[in-house]
Amino acid sequence: MAQTITQKILAKSAKRKTVEPGESVWLNVDVLMTHDVCGPPTIGIWKREFGENAKIFDKEKLVIFPDHYIFTENEHANRNINILRDFAKEYDVPNYYDVGSERYKGVCHIALAEEGYNVPGTVLFGSDSHTCTSGAFGMFSTGVGNTDAAFILGTGKIWEKVPESMKFIFDGQMPDYLTAKDLILQILGDITTDGATYRAMEFDGEAVYSLSMEERMTLTNMAIEGGAMSGIIAADSVCEAYVKERTSKPYEIFNSDPDAKYYATYRYDVSKMEPTVAKPHSPDNRDVVRNVAGTKLTKCYIGSCTGGKLTDFAFAAKMLRGREVKVPTFIVPGSTLVDKQLSEETIDGLSYKDIFLNAGCDIAESSCAACLGGPSDTVGRSSDGDIVISTTNRNFPGRMGSKKSEVYLASPLTVAASALTGVITDPRDFL
Amino acid sequence: MEKILEGCAYVLGNNIDTDQIIPAEHLVYSLSDPEEKKKYGEFALSGVPIVQAGLPEGQKPFVNEGEHTSEFSIIIGGSNFGCGSSREHAPFALNVAGVKAIVSESYARIFYRNSVDGGFLVPYETPEKLNDKIKTGDKLTINVSENTLTNVTTGETYALTPLGDVFDIVKAGGIFKYARKNELIA
Repeated sequence: MAQTITQKILAKSAKRKTVEPGESVWLNVDVLMTHDVCGPPTIGIWKREFGENAKIFDKEKLVIFPDHYIFTENEHANRNINILRDFAKEYDVPNYYDVGSERYKGVCHIALAEEGYNVPGTVLFGSDSHTCTSGAFGMFSTGVGNTDAAFILGTGKIWEKVPESMKFIFDGQMPDYLTAKDLILQILGDITTDGATYRAMEFDGEAVYSLSMEERMTLTNMAIEGGAMSGIIAADSVCEAYVKERTSKPYEIFNSDPDAKYYATYRYDVSKMEPTVAKPHSPDNRDVVRNVAGTKLTKCYIGSCTGGKLTDFAFAAKMLRGREVKVPTFIVPGSTLVDKQLSEETIDGLSYKDIFLNAGCDIAESSCAACLGGPSDTVGRSSDGDIVISTTNRNFPGRMGSKKSEVYLASPLTVAASALTGVITDPRDFL
Repeated sequence: MEKILEGCAYVLGNNIDTDQIIPAEHLVYSLSDPEEKKKYGEFALSGVPIVQAGLPEGQKPFVNEGEHTSEFSIIIGGSNFGCGSSREHAPFALNVAGVKAIVSESYARIFYRNSVDGGFLVPYETPEKLNDKIKTGDKLTINVSENTLTNVTTGETYALTPLGDVFDIVKAGGIFKYARKNELIA
């Protein structure tokens, strides 16, 4: 039987020849990732269930990135970091990236890629819904809750229902005003927020393979916004080069069989697509930017696992160079490495960081920050009456802070163009 | 588990995401400390915009101010209940507030898994849209073995989709109990 890439990877993990959509299988997990919000309760359940003799299934396969509530005075949030720190010390966890140390990395999904944990052909679970991001590396990755994470922590195994797959093919050459964010917002408008529930979203086509790994990660990152279990892009030479630079772990490249079955196939010509937004209050509330152009804004935000990668800031820097923002604009690097790169990468001799500072942006330290609202002292958090345009992933009521704020999701080009005018602006006006 | 689940209905719309179920700023509390975990009940469904809180009228907070349990223990949702983040704090918060079951047309995958594997509540699917037929405050009973929901207030009975494979985990009370029972773990 013909198999999709997802079936092939899950079959390998389940030590089976083939697996079929709809059947439940027990998977052997290659990496378990957790963070400061879901790590402490996961550890709590693991201790409760496995008792005094609780053992980590494989210390090398556990990765902990504190990233959500880092730069806050909130005592409960800080207590969570302490729980992770104590756990890492007590159990001698090698892959713990402590806050306040040189090892601190920032947002987990970006750090997983940078630190070489994303390996083609493997299976990665994380206690975070955006764990699907890692699928950009030709691997199966998905989010689970604390109980499932605790089960994996103790056993290295978890059950999963083999998903059907949906295929999204992007043909043509990417125009300079379009980014991966526009592509995924287009899809979400077409399939809605539950259009891929319990399925894998597979991305393909020459436009997808023309993208950098960071941009591919934007596509797989927002698969969860369509309800998908996972997003996946088969590994190519670009992916292999990225992985080899960061890890010596063995990898295996899988591809879908040409006659593999899909629940649905969508085909797009990127040369005909336009800059796209998701209007309040849902990631599937799609429109083209020009239809909402002129909407007054109070804040612009560039950051998160979705829109805080180096490529996102490269797009923003191109737009903001030599210009000034009209509304408060927050730059939140997705990782400490991205933060460092903002000082190293230049346009005409000026670093991205200087471009942003000269434009009047606020640059924050790397963390999840206001993407999910967070404690009341979180940088960039939305307040009552705010109208925000953001490169983040969700705009549900209250997601970025106040229930009485409105959030538009858009590409880094659209957000930066809008920052320059104070109203929602099509990036083509400046390109 | 109980054979009949009884309670009053709290009716919500489509796409109730985890930020509405438990806003992210509250995810800092302990889930094991018996006193502190009450905070999750206090703030359960506090992110739902007030006009959509307790349909059809709205304006009805799920938990009254200063309390941590709700007078409503069966939630009637629409499609895609529990979408958004992976936070298990969401079904946990509903459990602390006293929710026994949700009846919805469909669920987001992680919320569904968390509800079942954590043993917090029973996520029933229904082939029929019910959040426009049942009103907040209606008295409901769920017959677990027959997979039916009865609205005692109106006398109507509706079919629930059988839980299938998942019923064994629900009956056991979560993934750990299920795995022990089946000798998957010691």
